[in-house]
Amino acid sequence: MKIKHSLKTAISCLRSHKSRSLLTILGVVIGITSIILIMSIGQGAEDLILGEIQGLGSRTIAVIPGREPSGPSDIAQLLTTSLTERDFQAINRKENVPTAKDVMPIVFGTATASFENDTFNLTIMGPTERALEMFNIEVEEGAFFTEDDIRSKADVVVIGSKVKDELFGASNAVGQKIKIKNKSFKVIGVMPQKGQISFFNFDEMALSPYSTVQQYILGIKYFNRFIVEAESDETVDRTVEDVKRTLREVHQIDDPSKDDFFVQTQAEIANTLGTITSVLTLLLTSIAAISLVVGGIGIMNIMLVAVTERTREIGLRKALGARGKDILTQFLLEAVILTAIGGLIGIFFGAILSFGASIAIKQFVGLNWHFTFPFFAAFIGLFVSAVIGLIFGLYPAKQASLKSPIEALRYE
Amino acid sequence: MPIIEAKNLEKTYEGEAGAASTQALKGATLNIEEGEFVAIMGPSGSGKSTLLHILGFLDKQSGGTYKFNGKVIDEFDDEELAKVRNAEMGFVFQAFNLLPKATVLENIRLPLMYSGVDEKTWNTLADEAIEAVGLSNRTHHLASQLSGGEKQRAAIARALVMKPKVIFADEPTGNLDSKSGQSVMKIIQDLNENHGHTIVLITHETYTAEHAQRIIKLKDGAIESDEKVGHRHKADEYIK
Repeated sequence: MKIKHSLKTAISCLRSHKSRSLLTILGVVIGITSIILIMSIGQGAEDLILGEIQGLGSRTIAVIPGREPSGPSDIAQLLTTSLTERDFQAINRKENVPTAKDVMPIVFGTATASFENDTFNLTIMGPTERALEMFNIEVEEGAFFTEDDIRSKADVVVIGSKVKDELFGASNAVGQKIKIKNKSFKVIGVMPQKGQISFFNFDEMALSPYSTVQQYILGIKYFNRFIVEAESDETVDRTVEDVKRTLREVHQIDDPSKDDFFVQTQAEIANTLGTITSVLTLLLTSIAAISLVVGGIGIMNIMLVAVTERTREIGLRKALGARGKDILTQFLLEAVILTAIGGLIGIFFGAILSFGASIAIKQFVGLNWHFTFPFFAAFIGLFVSAVIGLIFGLYPAKQASLKSPIEALRYE
Repeated sequence: MPIIEAKNLEKTYEGEAGAASTQALKGATLNIEEGEFVAIMGPSGSGKSTLLHILGFLDKQSGGTYKFNGKVIDEFDDEELAKVRNAEMGFVFQAFNLLPKATVLENIRLPLMYSGVDEKTWNTLADEAIEAVGLSNRTHHLASQLSGGEKQRAAIARALVMKPKVIFADEPTGNLDSKSGQSVMKIIQDLNENHGHTIVLITHETYTAEHAQRIIKLKDGAIESDEKVGHRHKADEYIK
């Protein structure tokens, strides 16, 4: 029999058992759906992280106060006051860190801002005027603060698009005064909507000179971060070493294990996060793959029942001239078509669900998430489901083809 | 040369572990010429179905030799057996054995699908066969929607669509009322007389057997008698 007719026969047999066929492939549908969903979300997460890293630049180095936490219980180490104005000045000196292109201290905290009757809980960040370039910030209306503002601890803020919307709605914000921690701040600029960038959501932020934030809002004298930008990708490592050496000198630390600060590069963060998401994706995918195997066993089970049920039909076909391999092909095709349809339905549902998930993540988590359809995973999923049909259909199909025509015809 | 040449055919069914084996055929010898209409008779358990299955390549004998069309069956491999079943033999069963969810046309095309016959001629061949059994008005009905007599006629059409040399009919009227049975016997007789098909018919009813030219009686796995029919029944004498 030609393959075309085997295919037609297989399809018409499946169509005569529609609901059973659908139930049979449910396991494969669920398996492929979850694999597509997981891989799409995993891909999205990785893209997001990589995007953020690129947004900040791979040359960016963060100096963080405290010892590098050795575990979750060690988190208290993060809350230290070890980075000071003196450290900033030291790192900023060319002779100490010659490969540093830019150095910027940051402080941040949360505060409630209010304008007339509207209030908004925002993150207040205090960088220097270099933030414009280092964080790639744009100012849509008004202007950013200047070095003079830092020196004079000026009470000015640049606000994010969401802060502006919440406090001012459609009306003009620049020139207005908002209250943060009972102090009046003049809005000098508004940033356009940007979404989440490198773990800072500037949309929900107010930026003010670090000196102002330190003194009037947080009441501290230390810094939360130093952001150092190396001249080039090649000088990142050297810059890190120079920064460490400089800080150890200033802090009079001889033993590197007693450091009261640690240094992170973007590349390190990217690698760590990338590894975490890959491992998570892999883990979840393998769990989903188990459901595919279970689905395959379900198909084998049903196919075996069908072979027994259709014993007479097999006998008849053999009496009419079907060869063993015609019967084998027919049953194998039925299994493969079943699982391939299951795979297609799974890919369809997987795409819909991951698209829905991407919308939900954007909407409710506020991440700058992009929907990615994992074409590779879809292709693999379809292939794998067909292979599952082939593997788990082979045994029942072989059983069917081996039936002797007369045994089969006699079967009641 | 006879088309069917069987010598000392034996068939033993091995019992399950411990159970005794049963001998269904104990040395049956018979020849059937091309174009003959032979009825095989006998009470149930006489081995007549076993004999038909061996003659029809559906089963293999345990002893003796069987030549079909001059060739010894042992020389055929499974693929060739399937080919001969497909091209040279047609089967009509007591239980019809149609695919219930397929149409009459689809059922009749089934042997063509397993053959090397050019696909373009399939519908013509199927239509001819359908016409020969008078089912033209049922071509696109599902097999499950047919009456018993119509089902058996469809099964006969399926058996003759490949224009086989021999048609094996195993109690073809066994599940039918007498009128439908008559019309089936009329078709079978017509196939033999006007189209030259060799017919091997199995029945336990003397009346049905007397439609044939020759009756072979089996008893306990051996041939009891092999005689020409003196007064043949003509199926079309009764239905009009």
